[in-house]
Amino acid sequence: MTPTEYEYLRKFLKDNSGLDLSADKQYLIESRLLPLARKAGLSGIGDLVQKLQGGSRTVITDVVEAMTTNETFFFRDKVPFDHFRDTIMPEIIKARAARRSIRIWCAAGSTGQEPYSLAMCLKEMGAALTGWRIEIIATDLSQEVLEKAKAGIYSQFEVQRGLPIQMLMKYFKQTGETWQVNPELRAMIQHRQLNLLHDFAQLGTFDVIFCRNVLIYFDQDTKINIFNRLARQIEPDGFLVLGAAETVVGLTDTFRPIPERRGLYKPNDPRVAAAKPALAGAAPRMAAMAGR
Amino acid sequence: MKTCLVVDDSSVVRKIARRILEGLEFEVTEAEDGSKALEICQRQLPDAVLLDWNMPVMDGFEFMGHMRRLPGGDQPKVVFCTTENNVAHIAQALSGGANEYIMKPFDKDIIADKFAEVGLIPVGQAMV
Repeated sequence: MTPTEYEYLRKFLKDNSGLDLSADKQYLIESRLLPLARKAGLSGIGDLVQKLQGGSRTVITDVVEAMTTNETFFFRDKVPFDHFRDTIMPEIIKARAARRSIRIWCAAGSTGQEPYSLAMCLKEMGAALTGWRIEIIATDLSQEVLEKAKAGIYSQFEVQRGLPIQMLMKYFKQTGETWQVNPELRAMIQHRQLNLLHDFAQLGTFDVIFCRNVLIYFDQDTKINIFNRLARQIEPDGFLVLGAAETVVGLTDTFRPIPERRGLYKPNDPRVAAAKPALAGAAPRMAAMAGR
Repeated sequence: MKTCLVVDDSSVVRKIARRILEGLEFEVTEAEDGSKALEICQRQLPDAVLLDWNMPVMDGFEFMGHMRRLPGGDQPKVVFCTTENNVAHIAQALSGGANEYIMKPFDKDIIADKFAEVGLIPVGQAMV
């Protein structure tokens, strides 16, 4: 994105939505608008800016919406949760049959919708997990966001995004205008404050790591650094789940994509990864932003 | 093109719902109460019904019962869309044959999510 394009978008968003971006929010624009541009069959931000300048009404609405919604919802994107149920869990259940315990980390747990969605998936698996020890650790940078996740209280609007009505009835309790996740589900999750730029080795090793829609906020070197450290916290047969617009490809050899399972990655054997020349392992440059 | 019958006694709500549903590529018909909706269904069943609860002449719940007993009446996906936003009403609707339930107020995202949930539109369409 050229500085001129960035300035145009800044002014456009200010005029059309009141959104006031500071001079250094290129990454935010790219993370929100690149998927939109690609979906519209455009090559990038530049083409999108041209469409805006051309006055395309649908593009104008789409851009404003993509930039101003700052939400997460239950079972966001659906597919990762299908993978969790149909690919990840059957394999983990088989592999951990002896020790009967599973550790899952939501590395950008945000306001809780993702860890609670995983908890609901696990509950729905019923007898297959009876007697298993299940740990879900949800981390986020923001204490405020963590408090909300911990309370598990959602507005009527929030519980209608992505959550099937049967699940709402089964796992939530209505209190006036809001809905609270039931205690049994809440007890499955530990919430902890964590900045992904800092050391997270103390969390231990996980069978599954969900790290969706947070790395898009970081520059390339920081992403590589985080991937390499995530690789050290994952079991050799574990799974990493990334967001729809994210990948390890071209960044690191510590993980490999699983064919035909979009967003799903397995750690590479460290010897394989080490055999290739190391990619830049530079120190994180950018201040972290909480993933939403 | 899939068809959706919008049943609501408020013409404003029908208009908003129509705009959203046409955006999701539905062919929309409207009815202002359950009885008129039933007449439409007796001629031709839609793929989907977006259904208010409280309406004059015949309410949404009663309409759903009649519609479900029509030949082929088990086919349409019924999505309630009502200000009756308590557990008792939701449970009643689901046990009476509703497929999904929207608590008003609603917007495009909620409709798209719920319609995707019951397979009326592909999941991808519900996103950005």
